[in-house]
Amino acid sequence: MSLFFSQFLNGLQTGSVYALVALGYSMVYGIILLLNFAHGDIIMVGAYAAFYSMTAFHLHPLLSVVLAVAASTLLGVVIEKVAYTPLRQAPRLSLLITAIGVSFLLENGAQLLFGSETKSMSPIVTGNVSLGSMSISKVALLTIAVTVAAMAILTFLVQRTKLGKAMRAVSEDMGAAQLMGISLNKTISFTFAVGSALAGIGSVLYLCAYTQASPTMGSMLGLKAFVAAVLGGIGSIPGAMIGGFAIGLLEALCSAVNLSVWKDGVVFAILILVLLVKPTGIMGRSQAEKV
Amino acid sequence: MKQTNTSIRIPMPVRYLINAALIVLLWFILSSLMRSGAITNYWTGIIIMIGINIILAVSLNVATGYLGQLPLGHAGFMAVGAYAGGIFMRAVPVQEFLRAGNAGASVPYILIALLISALTAGIFGLIIGIPALRLRGDYLAIITLGFGEIIRVVLTNIDSVLGFDFTFGSAGLKRIPKYSSFTLVFICVVLTCFIIHTVMKSRHGRAILSIRENEIASESVGVNTTYYKTFAFVLSAMLAGVAGCLYAGYIGSLYPSTFKFMKSIEILVMVVLGGMGSMLGSVLSATVLTVLPELLRSVADYRMVAYSLALVIMMIFRPKGLMGSYDFSLSHLLEKGLCAVRLLFGRKSSEKKGESRE
Repeated sequence: MSLFFSQFLNGLQTGSVYALVALGYSMVYGIILLLNFAHGDIIMVGAYAAFYSMTAFHLHPLLSVVLAVAASTLLGVVIEKVAYTPLRQAPRLSLLITAIGVSFLLENGAQLLFGSETKSMSPIVTGNVSLGSMSISKVALLTIAVTVAAMAILTFLVQRTKLGKAMRAVSEDMGAAQLMGISLNKTISFTFAVGSALAGIGSVLYLCAYTQASPTMGSMLGLKAFVAAVLGGIGSIPGAMIGGFAIGLLEALCSAVNLSVWKDGVVFAILILVLLVKPTGIMGRSQAEKV
Repeated sequence: MKQTNTSIRIPMPVRYLINAALIVLLWFILSSLMRSGAITNYWTGIIIMIGINIILAVSLNVATGYLGQLPLGHAGFMAVGAYAGGIFMRAVPVQEFLRAGNAGASVPYILIALLISALTAGIFGLIIGIPALRLRGDYLAIITLGFGEIIRVVLTNIDSVLGFDFTFGSAGLKRIPKYSSFTLVFICVVLTCFIIHTVMKSRHGRAILSIRENEIASESVGVNTTYYKTFAFVLSAMLAGVAGCLYAGYIGSLYPSTFKFMKSIEILVMVVLGGMGSMLGSVLSATVLTVLPELLRSVADYRMVAYSLALVIMMIFRPKGLMGSYDFSLSHLLEKGLCAVRLLFGRKSSEKKGESRE
């Protein structure tokens, strides 16, 4: 029972990071239909920002968290302005290739700047909390708590504020939203900023859990988070949360039954099965096709 | 169609002859330069890689440019072909033939290996294509991505399930005979381009193009869309398998990590950069993107940064790719040339007139 519980908690912890990153994928896809492959690498940059501010500049952890989130937000917006805005009218595939190019650029740039080796640091949060007979690591609790809080704030932002309303309007119908006087550029930039900020939070949580950063850490993490977004229904915010936790729990389940080498395969197999049964993902809306 | 006065048509067999002659000439020039040592072994290797990448790019172009889908698992098919060919070639005594300098005796085995690779990759393409092609757009992309990753995970871990060494997992399938000579790769490239070209000019190809333009409309005029989508997808997978087989015979050892998601992306980049649906574009960009990292070796540390910057800048300024959907035809160029000659020199080549359009 306690093994089950600790694996469950592990799953929720990894799932939290996936969910935070998946939200960024999902929001960007919902608004400009772009599979933003560079999103995974934004996490990497955020992690490096947190890492250096803590190890090289000895800043207070909280301050470095703010710094990491700020860095990834800024990066997300700059990428959107420089690389994606000029291509808004171009074929979607060109946009996709640009995103891939940006992802390559970030990865190789990081390799050049920070070196290709994995950088490790001492854990930021240590210790366990005992709960009856079980002890739970503080990192797991913190990760889950922060994720839930971030999601609550995001939901409030999207559902209750004017900017959130604009975001939903643009993803519903870009042309009509523009006619209603919504600034397209501002809304899209805002979406990128929010998505990247969530990735920044995710990167710090990743750093807390694994205490290391490497230039290529974003690619597999990003791919998994992307799978999570699709599984939940890409474009849907609650879907991304559910998808992220589902993938995390699935991976934990694989490790629990000694199949951890098949982990990636199982994740993708489940994804394919879900898509074949429900092509729009768990929470996705299917759109009627005009003939 | 009415023949206009200024146009000249070169009759069909002559066109093929011109093209064939030029291809043989290109082969002759390249191989004699290699034999004389003007092209070093290092560059011969790069030329072979260019050939393999050309096959990968033009085969992906069938599914992307012509069929209009976005598969992201092309490296998976390449992996299947590479492993199928590699495992077969390790089982037959080709290594001994090659070591004894008896390359001729290994030819039938090489042909069988290519066939096995193409068929295995084709079967996988069929298995993946039938469910995947039910979905549209990005979902197809994601499903093929998933299959590509599953193939890699299976290649890494299958031995523990089978109980004997089959793919050798992440340790790698080593000591594959190096049978991919320049001539073999060259012939495969030419055949691949020829097959794709003729298929696309046939009624089957037209059906595939009609699906890209408008699936509903083409279904309503009686095109069996499911059949043709699967057909194009399997064709693309089979040719990727051939490329994989050649790759196995060139590199000599295979690792599952070679066929990661990033490899699929690299191939896709070649296709999109060259221009979707343009064979010339695919060939050119496969060449450029294989040579570019080699040329950038002098700036070693910065080369991948330069490569990715070039990619982004290229896409921003030429979003439709190098060639757009333009396709090169030597005969058309010659016809235009002849027209110009005739306009200049009166009706000298008037005997060419009256050729009917096919």
